[in-house]
Amino acid sequence: MNVFVRVPTGGCNKSRLLNGFIAFFIRQPKFLSSTSFMHNQSAFCAETRHAYELWIGEMRSSGCSSTAAVIVLLSLSFTVGCKRGHRTQEPASAGGQIRAYTGQMESDDGHWLRATKDYANTRYSSLNQINTGNVSQLHVAWTFSTGVPHGQEAAPIVANNTMYIATPWPNVLYALDLTKQGAPLKWKYEPHPSPASKGEACCDWVSRGAVYDNGKIFFNTLDGYTIALNADTGAELWKTHLADISHGETITMAPMVVHNHVFVGNSGGEFGVRGWLAALDTNSGKLAWKAYNTGPDKEVLIGQRFKPFYKTDQGTDLGVKTWPPDAWRVGGGTVWGFLAYDPKLNLIYYGTANPGPWNAEVRPGDNKWTSGMFARDPDTGEAVWFYQMSPHDLFDWDGINEDILLDLPMQGQNRQVLVRPDRNGYVYVIDRSNGQVLSATPYVHITTTTGVDLQTGRLQHVPEKTPRTGQVVKDICPMAPGAKDWQPSSFSAQTGLVYIPHQNMCMDEEGTEANYIAGTPYIGASVQYYPGPGGHMGELTAWDPIAGKPVWVIKDKYPIWSGTVSTAGGLVFFGTMDGWFKAADARTGNVLWQFKTASGIIGQPVTYRGPDGKQYIAILSGIGGWPGSIVAGKLDTRDGTAGNGWGKALPNIRNEVTPGGTLYVFALP
Amino acid sequence: MKRKTLLFCLFLLALCACKREHRVFDPGATAAQPANGTVMNDVMAGATQPSAAVPIQFEESAYAVAEGKRFYQAYNCVGCHANGGGAIGPALMDSEWIYGSKLEQIHSVIVQGRPNGMPSFANKIPDYQVWEIAAYVRSMSGQLPSDVAPSRSDHMPTVRSESSRPKEHPADENQQPLVPGRSK
Repeated sequence: MNVFVRVPTGGCNKSRLLNGFIAFFIRQPKFLSSTSFMHNQSAFCAETRHAYELWIGEMRSSGCSSTAAVIVLLSLSFTVGCKRGHRTQEPASAGGQIRAYTGQMESDDGHWLRATKDYANTRYSSLNQINTGNVSQLHVAWTFSTGVPHGQEAAPIVANNTMYIATPWPNVLYALDLTKQGAPLKWKYEPHPSPASKGEACCDWVSRGAVYDNGKIFFNTLDGYTIALNADTGAELWKTHLADISHGETITMAPMVVHNHVFVGNSGGEFGVRGWLAALDTNSGKLAWKAYNTGPDKEVLIGQRFKPFYKTDQGTDLGVKTWPPDAWRVGGGTVWGFLAYDPKLNLIYYGTANPGPWNAEVRPGDNKWTSGMFARDPDTGEAVWFYQMSPHDLFDWDGINEDILLDLPMQGQNRQVLVRPDRNGYVYVIDRSNGQVLSATPYVHITTTTGVDLQTGRLQHVPEKTPRTGQVVKDICPMAPGAKDWQPSSFSAQTGLVYIPHQNMCMDEEGTEANYIAGTPYIGASVQYYPGPGGHMGELTAWDPIAGKPVWVIKDKYPIWSGTVSTAGGLVFFGTMDGWFKAADARTGNVLWQFKTASGIIGQPVTYRGPDGKQYIAILSGIGGWPGSIVAGKLDTRDGTAGNGWGKALPNIRNEVTPGGTLYVFALP
Repeated sequence: MKRKTLLFCLFLLALCACKREHRVFDPGATAAQPANGTVMNDVMAGATQPSAAVPIQFEESAYAVAEGKRFYQAYNCVGCHANGGGAIGPALMDSEWIYGSKLEQIHSVIVQGRPNGMPSFANKIPDYQVWEIAAYVRSMSGQLPSDVAPSRSDHMPTVRSESSRPKEHPADENQQPLVPGRSK
């Protein structure tokens, strides 16, 4: 908004003063469009101050300060009564350190049994045949078409000399025989999910994959079933109906198994569902326990063992009391991310998604237990602690991002922590035994909050960025899909760094009326996204969790919506939305190898040792998911709100990327 | 023995109480009872028939279309189809019409729902409001005259106003006349 006309000559003259005076007013768009001024005084103040400072700066540099004093005083009176403006949070500047991890990693047998690789969610493989020295020779070993041209978010699962691929709706499960050349199809299982479920899934028809345990393979269908198959034959062992699509519930997450329970949560935070996590018996499929994330304590499974660290999470029935009457029944808090498990503490960790609707004005209160994270006993389901990253969430900031369980030296002593790059833009390091936040450091450009108060655990909001019904708030950073959405990070034991694939994006938002009609969206917001500072939308950040600083950043035109995998070969693999699969040097971020796949990549790369003893890297290519629905759903980007806000950000992506669904497996010659 | 006879008689009595299935063997003249409903395909079996009267007055009233725009928001159509660009459901401002571009076809889609995700709004929305929404949906791809289509929005600008959008042409409108074959 800099329209100041620069006067070429030095010294003080009338035209410079006049120019400054005009510019002072022109730099106040909020003042000129008086409707927003009426509603948004603080934003007016911030812009006025900014314009004033620019003008004073101009005059000071040209020696006008004494002559202009009167006018300066006059204009200052405009800003009297303004509160001190907010600071924009910038990510910590580089300066993180590479240091080998001293904690213990789970033993690695070269398989990939679950999406997260290990219980600690590191996605780190000890395989090193493919390394920084030879990765440039990597080539395609074989491919496989899933037959479904929609968002491929699943991690290929490798166990039992077999690779298991879960597709988006219609949720076919393929078993490929790794012992034979070209990995031919061993069997497939088609669950025939309801086509109606496609209209109840917010962000394309995705599945985040299957899980292998003890001769069985478990996966979920979009229409709300969890299915167990014999991993050798594909014979159905049991099928349990958990989610009701007529109320907007679907299931997209990858299940996880601990002991004799398989854990499954629901999706549907944009449809006014009530979020839960369920534990099913792995042998029978019968429900062992179900913990809701809103409502009375007995349904949240909060009892004697519940000891949250912060005061605001202590009290009875907060899942009811922190909502307007009955709003918790349609309050969201779904579970669709990845679970972690600590065998020593015998606790599972998982995040809860956004409260519904997005329009926060209709749900005053902290909206427990949404946009937070639980630690629970996997056997009984009892809650042990909870921490809320985004109380009374304003921006659709689901708390479902992954928790990487590490033992790190923090504040002078070795602590059992979890590292969580959250949707709200902060990397949290939290003591995983009790829920205490040890550090929360911004990793992206943030205008909405000023930090996390470590005494209270509370996220500190910038009041003028609060969305309101019928009013447009601009420059909200990060945007609704957050600093990082579902796409999972990895951790390298060699470098001690967390590799975070994420966005660099902001949005404009207007709150709208939200009406609850079962089975239809319950959102109440109009949003448009656009690139953040620098103009690029995607970043892969190598993050030092101890120092809370990045070591390097790879930028990409589009959001990096794929997960990452780190290997003992000193590599980090990731994919881009325009179809490039890349290997970067884990220490420097130099891209050492890349391959262009058929469609865009939004999946989870994995690496494994084949029956022949060779190391392979696998990734599904197939654009979709939330941003990729622009391509997979053939959306029209002349509407900036297409894809719930992505139209403005991705106006040309349909001219660059086409739908697909192909597995690529790479190996050395 | 007596008892057996009695039971047998009771059994016969019970049988007589059964109602015989009613079958219609002669439905009458078939031409007098055409099956009707909204035509959802360009191809009609047995050549084209004139379609039933459609209340096109909804397409000719700026008020009705403006009301349709309001209901489009209120009934959460916007949640799936955005402001025409589409999201969970398909775009409505382009030239691709999965279930037809005609007013009565859009009305049917809203009332009946469709198997691949469109929920049925039967018994949820009064019929005249469905027609108003259907008329508004047609304005989204420039099918209505610019003096009927909404020309401004009271909300954050995200897309050109309906009245200033170019008219999209669905496939059934673009058919060229058949080239007649020459008979020998």
